[in-house]
Amino acid sequence: MRAKVNQTINLNDYNNVWVIAEQNNGKIAPVTIELIGEGRKLANVLSKELMVIVAGYNMKEEVENLLHYNVDKAVYIESALLKDFSTDGYVKVFADLILERKPEIVLVGASSIGRDIGPRLAARVGTGLTADCTKLEIDENDHKLLSTRPAFGGNLMATIVCPKNRPQMSTVRPGVMEKAQYTDQPTGELEIVKPDLKQEDIRTTLEKIIVEDGKKVNLVDAKIVVSGGRGLKTAEGFSMIQELADCLGGEVGSSRACVDAGWIDASHQIGQTGTTVRPDLYIACGISGAIQHLAGMSESKYIVAINKDPKAPIFDICDYGIVGDLNKVIPSMIEYLQGKK
Amino acid sequence: MNIIVCVKQVPNTNEVKINKETGTLIREGVESIINPDDKNAIEAALVLKEQVGAKVTLLSMGPPQAKAALKEGLAMGADEAYLLSDRAFGGSDTWATATIIAAAIEKIGNYDVIFCGRQAIDGDTAQVGPEVAEFLGIPQVTYAKDVKLDGEDILVTRYTENADFLIRVKTPCLLTAIKELNDPRFPTVAKIIEVYDEQKDNIQVLTFADIDVDPTQIGLKGSPTNVFRSFVPVKEKHSEFIEGSNENEKAKVLMEKLAALKLI
Repeated sequence: MRAKVNQTINLNDYNNVWVIAEQNNGKIAPVTIELIGEGRKLANVLSKELMVIVAGYNMKEEVENLLHYNVDKAVYIESALLKDFSTDGYVKVFADLILERKPEIVLVGASSIGRDIGPRLAARVGTGLTADCTKLEIDENDHKLLSTRPAFGGNLMATIVCPKNRPQMSTVRPGVMEKAQYTDQPTGELEIVKPDLKQEDIRTTLEKIIVEDGKKVNLVDAKIVVSGGRGLKTAEGFSMIQELADCLGGEVGSSRACVDAGWIDASHQIGQTGTTVRPDLYIACGISGAIQHLAGMSESKYIVAINKDPKAPIFDICDYGIVGDLNKVIPSMIEYLQGKK
Repeated sequence: MNIIVCVKQVPNTNEVKINKETGTLIREGVESIINPDDKNAIEAALVLKEQVGAKVTLLSMGPPQAKAALKEGLAMGADEAYLLSDRAFGGSDTWATATIIAAAIEKIGNYDVIFCGRQAIDGDTAQVGPEVAEFLGIPQVTYAKDVKLDGEDILVTRYTENADFLIRVKTPCLLTAIKELNDPRFPTVAKIIEVYDEQKDNIQVLTFADIDVDPTQIGLKGSPTNVFRSFVPVKEKHSEFIEGSNENEKAKVLMEKLAALKLI
């Protein structure tokens, strides 16, 4: 039976804030810790409990470890059928639990996996979903969840509410929220749930996991990101960017223009349609600062911009700007760093 | 094989226009294109058509001008096209949109594969595809970067941030395309002449009366999510330009400032 929205429900029947954890190969993904950090703030405002829900197999220690992040409860849905990701399997066990226990708010990471199961989950339980949020608040007056998200490539921000249906669900962009702090003393309890899940519930087969060497870039966790843009002029420009990043122990990022031009792999792309980063230091080289790019890096702690056009919008949001030829500036920076060693 | 491709017409520019009363987007007066990921979805369907023979049906929802996107898809090589257009559909969020599209797909019937683009460049939600799959009760594979037929099954290479997944799925199923999947073709001249013949009305319009859909689940009123407010983001930051007589000097001053902040 297909779920429906706008049925007359008693909103007071729905309590607590849930974080749907993401795990890859039995390891909890960083976005989960970000969601716990954010979920805790929401739960505190509402005076409700924060729970993290994990679906997987053979990863009890990883789930127990989440109790060090100030959650009230970790629920571990354990089944051999949940070892590998499947939309059908994960959606069924999360939806069954939501329908049984009625959370008030459910947060899912807006990764490619979270954006696969999030909408399917909302459609299954009969509620609205706000995609790819970058800010979450609780309305002071009526305690509703206010989910703010960029649209039109970040030109417009929209705050979305889900007033009549529960749970209020949002996917949250990775890399935006601050991670919860690890505490030595665990809190809360671990509950293990055996789900009602059969092999035939899962209509897809994961045949193979393909990891391409050197392809996957860890931009989200990088403390320093050096990014190149159209101002590099050629693909070769990225070897200079790479050298600076290597000297700084950072990762290489890129604007969309360079990816589209084929100068660098899409996994380096930062911005609205790429990765969102908030490193301690972001160095934008030859990036004009289109709003789509800014959407992916404007939360960085310190931003340095190098561009020959003094009117480039990137200079409006940087801490330090150098107007000049990046082919001269970057080698000088590398020289400085090599001289220090 | 019968393939349905869901297509959205989106504004080409990043000009933002919103209706302040409803908080919804105003599309009039802005140049429109087929959403880029949806073009990859059309191309994927046409490739399957060439490989095994298939009827490719386009389905869109929008105002009458969205016919232009469907015509372009027909010119690429799709066989037929439907436009869902009715005032009752206006202001729909992803739930309501998916409800309407699923009802239209049920009306068209007899499908093996439904292709959607991963997400549209205006709303960037990536939600309608999976919601349609759920409403139709069929399996989905999203973020498809490669699609191959293997006997009765489809083998999909699905992107994730950490590794790609090779997923086997049976039909009927719904797949969402990302730009890595293919390079969409251009229409041929012959097709353009055929499709843009003004005598021919090659887009079938479906209204509220044509599909079996619960009116409480659609449109602005039926949508579970509403825009509470929308605003243009403001940026406040004090930027310091590094001074110096040449690039080398500027670079040195910058590095010393960064070192003083213990950033490097």
